[in-house]
Amino acid sequence: MESILVLTHTDESGSALTKHSLEAVTAGVELATGLEAPLTIGIVAADASALASTVANAGAKLLGVSGLAFAQPRFASDAAACEALCRTAQATIVLAPQSARFARVMAAVAHRLNGVIDTHIAALAGTDSIEATRWFYRQRIEAVVTRAARPWFLLLDSGTHAAYAGEAGNQRVEEIAVDLPALRTEVTGIRAPKQDEQTIRPDAKLLFVAGAGWTKKQPDGEIHADQAGKLILDFIRRSSASLGSSKSLVDQGGEGGSVLPFLTHMNQVGQTGSTPRHAKGLSTCCHGEEPHVVGWRFIGERRAISLDANCGWTRGKADVVYIADAFQVMAKLNELLNS
Amino acid sequence: MGTALQIVVCAGIVPDPLQTLEPTTGPNGPGLKNEMVLPAVLDPWAACALYEAAGLAAKHPGSKLWLVALGPKAKLQQVMMTVAQKVAFELVPVDGPIGGFPDAHSTAAALASAIEAISGLDRAQLFIFGGWESASRGAGVTLQLIGECLDIADQFFGVDQIDLRDDGSFEVLERVEGGKHQVSVCASAPAVLGWATGNLAEPRNNPQIGMSNMRTMMPALQRAKTVALEANSLEYISVSLPKQQRTTRVEKNMTPDEIAAELVAWIGKDS
Repeated sequence: MESILVLTHTDESGSALTKHSLEAVTAGVELATGLEAPLTIGIVAADASALASTVANAGAKLLGVSGLAFAQPRFASDAAACEALCRTAQATIVLAPQSARFARVMAAVAHRLNGVIDTHIAALAGTDSIEATRWFYRQRIEAVVTRAARPWFLLLDSGTHAAYAGEAGNQRVEEIAVDLPALRTEVTGIRAPKQDEQTIRPDAKLLFVAGAGWTKKQPDGEIHADQAGKLILDFIRRSSASLGSSKSLVDQGGEGGSVLPFLTHMNQVGQTGSTPRHAKGLSTCCHGEEPHVVGWRFIGERRAISLDANCGWTRGKADVVYIADAFQVMAKLNELLNS
Repeated sequence: MGTALQIVVCAGIVPDPLQTLEPTTGPNGPGLKNEMVLPAVLDPWAACALYEAAGLAAKHPGSKLWLVALGPKAKLQQVMMTVAQKVAFELVPVDGPIGGFPDAHSTAAALASAIEAISGLDRAQLFIFGGWESASRGAGVTLQLIGECLDIADQFFGVDQIDLRDDGSFEVLERVEGGKHQVSVCASAPAVLGWATGNLAEPRNNPQIGMSNMRTMMPALQRAKTVALEANSLEYISVSLPKQQRTTRVEKNMTPDEIAAELVAWIGKDS
């Protein structure tokens, strides 16, 4: 018989479980219900007991690892904490969010428990055996996998389940002692753009993708990178969208081309960038290569503004393509959003 | 800045990102159609790791750089003809299956064994570099498992920057959610660093570096150890291309005003 452990952690504030962790709890509840398996939730935090109320009514046993060392996301301490929780729970299936914090350690934890791991899980199914869906070759090939080996660790991509939202309650957390190794790494902080300069917003409904066409010569024979930058940033601020970019646009900075100074490789979507999940996506001035399509794999509704009526990537992949000058459209769009 | 480093970069080879991929199933499980004849490149994020490693080695005289790569010998040789012209390194090839479908645990064990077999490796100065995820399996676990196999207790992923200090400690910037970087300071090597894009551009081809690399590369390829990768109970139920065809409405005659108005309505609508 299977037994399920869901591992969770706190957000930056340390006062709440991350939304992604709560999504993993939902997956755990669903899986445990389907398999009629016992469910355990493990919490890694400075004070795990203080966070237990959020998941107290999930029908799970609660385990916690607490201490100042676990306030910081760090390989050595997080791996030790997760290992201790797994050894205590003795679960056959371990679910966890594919967050930066847990993606950093969970393969190592699986190795320490002689287990196996699969990551970037987009869906879980199966009745007789557990079947996990994930993508290969940067979201270009979809596969369903299963394993007989246990424990089987599965890291779940964000946005694949609703965040658990059960009623708050009281339940005792069993605190697990951790034998910490010597900690040679100290987390000294987070480096982030200023609040009004932050253009990457994972929770935004809309992803706006800027392509290399923004810094190419326009009909007057000139490049208008400054104007492009202003139009894009105005739109991002007014629509609260997240900003993505094609690789070619980001790379132009390193090649001495015209650049949009607020773009970094972190904005990049596609083959060597991210594949974010948003309800809607609007691409502008992107040209037709498969890497751009890859970056859009998990976008719900897709629209594009392009001057190329024959652009190959938009056909069959975008819902609507406007053949128009993005400079003109975005200027009007910003006017309307501002009014 | 006098510390000589020992940097091992783990890098796979993947189909050129512009190639059309089609899955097939053979006697050994899933693979890609015509996989052996598809143009291949060094895995993009691992390539970033290689360039960063070379940049770091250049700043620390006496440093040594190895490139450990697993793949069919013939394919490795083909890709290395280009990669060898970028930066100076010693190739440690492992002759094995190509592609993203073999199990990551077996892959990591094979690569860890190859690293352990490198003669004269000083663990106290050792950095294991690689891409934080590959463009094939894309699991982001192989490097971490290698670190565990080698008992390396400090690991960093999504790395964009490393700054080594005179006392041997180093500061690392790792990507975290929301377009931010987590800043950490580690006391010293050894450490595992899974790189994102880093900050360095792809070096220009340098035929002299290529000639120098080739002297050791060809003999290394000839004596590459052959490995078989166990499945570790991994079973593929299905492997398929996504059903991605949408009915696309192409609007050629709308004015910017009309398009903007339609987009505003669309953005405001709950999906």
